Amino acid sequence: MTLTEKILANHSNQSSVEPGDNVWIDVDVLMTHDVCGPPAISIFKNEFGEDARVWDREKLVIIPDHYIFTEDVYANRNVDILRAFAADQDLPHYYDVGTDRYKGVCHIALPEEGFTRPGEVLFGTDSHTCTAGAFGQFATGIGNTDAAFIMGTGKLWVKVPETMRFVFEGDEMPPYLMAKDIILQIIGDIGVDGATYRTMEFGGSGISAMTMEDRMTLTNMVIEAGGKNGVVEPDEKTEEYVRSRTDKDFTPVYSDDDATYHSTYTYELDKMVPMVAKPHSPDNKATAEELEGTKLTRAYIGSCTGGKLSDFQAAAEILKGKTPVIETYVVPATTEIADALRTEKIGDQTLLEIFVEAGCHIGEASCAACLGGPSDTFGRLNGEEICISTTNRNYPGRMGSKQAQVYLASPYTVAASALEGSITDPRNYLS
Amino acid sequence: MDNSSSIIKGKAFVLGKNIDTDQIIPAQHLVYSLNDPEERKYYGSYALSGVPDEESGLPMGHIPLVAEGAFQSEYSIIVAGPNFGCGSSREHAPASLQIAGIKAIIAPTYARIFYRNSVDGGFVIPYESLEDLSAEIKTGDELIINPDIQQVENESQGRSHSIRKLGSVAEIVQSGGIFHYARKEGMV
Ligand code: SF4
Repeated sequence: MTLTEKILANHSNQSSVEPGDNVWIDVDVLMTHDVCGPPAISIFKNEFGEDARVWDREKLVIIPDHYIFTEDVYANRNVDILRAFAADQDLPHYYDVGTDRYKGVCHIALPEEGFTRPGEVLFGTDSHTCTAGAFGQFATGIGNTDAAFIMGTGKLWVKVPETMRFVFEGDEMPPYLMAKDIILQIIGDIGVDGATYRTMEFGGSGISAMTMEDRMTLTNMVIEAGGKNGVVEPDEKTEEYVRSRTDKDFTPVYSDDDATYHSTYTYELDKMVPMVAKPHSPDNKATAEELEGTKLTRAYIGSCTGGKLSDFQAAAEILKGKTPVIETYVVPATTEIADALRTEKIGDQTLLEIFVEAGCHIGEASCAACLGGPSDTFGRLNGEEICISTTNRNYPGRMGSKQAQVYLASPYTVAASALEGSITDPRNYLS
Repeated sequence: MDNSSSIIKGKAFVLGKNIDTDQIIPAQHLVYSLNDPEERKYYGSYALSGVPDEESGLPMGHIPLVAEGAFQSEYSIIVAGPNFGCGSSREHAPASLQIAGIKAIIAPTYARIFYRNSVDGGFVIPYESLEDLSAEIKTGDELIINPDIQQVENESQGRSHSIRKLGSVAEIVQSGGIFHYARKEGMV
């Protein structure tokens, strides 16, 4: 069995499962946020009763992150609903806005808070819940009805997916290459529905060379290829990360040597180059080099895909001592990352000092303009902007106006392009 | 409620491929309550409002699913290209289509979360066509979906096309959603 099949077998009390089987599985963690939490809660109450209790208060994690710093009354009401529910159910894992528990983007907050444990099952009311697969967890996005069902029962049905395997050869990442380039290449190769109903499993020597944050960038975007989940086999890096974040026990599982795969793709890291997804689809691929000179009006560095500490380290490496010629937005995914921007240094300057000196607009930890949101959202594209962004989607209107155009790229490419005001291969700026 | 073997009749609204959830219901509208009848109806008026004008209501385009100022559509069946519903997990997407008056969708493939949400929430029935019908069927064509014989009949053009069996989700569709199904099975 593959890693995914094993987790699903373990959680449905079966000795084995096969792709195509429908199984009911036990859920270890359910995560919801401010957009989908309120409707899920209302379905839960309608179906199980006003006074019903959630199946396990230790296993429900609520992380408001989407529409936080806005005047929109409906958006603020959503957070009020979460707050009241968390208080009523006495939930230990609620990360309230306006308190020092506030975290920011859920998919980065989950690992920081120790909820992404190898071998477990995580469902979340957000399609990028697949990010947690980087830790060898089965993690996937669901809707409000399914979330309400889990709140009441702790169970959900899943169809066991076939697994596609992606093998990376090479002992280190080339200095100009980021995980974002790799996943954009893969999505471009297989298409936005290339992994629909399937698991994308990442392995090979190249994976061992990647940091946990690199791996999260890969699994984050499996949904952009239609994948059900993405997964990386746990290793020492995984264990070290997870053990530093939680005392809870976990049992990693691994794919068998004779596991059956739907297909296998092999990539040589040292042959890969900086990639861009052109408007309006994540599979509309080109190399950064091919697009050099394409005019831009804005650069955006943030989100669960491209707003992690290593993403800002990469951007700062290129921006240090220089000034972008277009509006450049910097939005840390979580408050922990926002704090690290104040302490992590390149040379004698903190990352924050580098961004401030470069004239970047610095936002507060949240999803911000990654999904457009209310019209006063920080960094939102309200008109005909042409934006290069480290986020994960560039469908029409994703970052606000449907007149806007969005190019997706790595933090290196976004930073280099910000300096030129047009798409730029970051190798021009990296020695 | 038995949904799966019932015949659905109505006007087609035709879209292209990779219609994502931001096009189905743009993110800025997700703040309305799905519970409150006064707020809920706005999901109907904004359904498919994120689709670029020239691709809305093919082959001509420039046709909104729901007329300006209205909450309900005159169309009841969406015909689309592959990968319908890709993007986010928002259940507001199939819900907004249902609120706008859509009963069923016919597309060759779906993004899996959208498919699941449509079925588990009992919002719309996602029928799979054998081929991409978005170039054959025109917006406004009168369709009859007959799941018993796995066919969709285009009355306006006098042609028929095949659709797939619902397969393993048929029982949930028949029950009207995951909660109805689980109650029937004695799970909750
Ligand atoms: S940062 Fe963007 S992709 Fe990530 S959870 Fe927020 S809206 Fe979704």
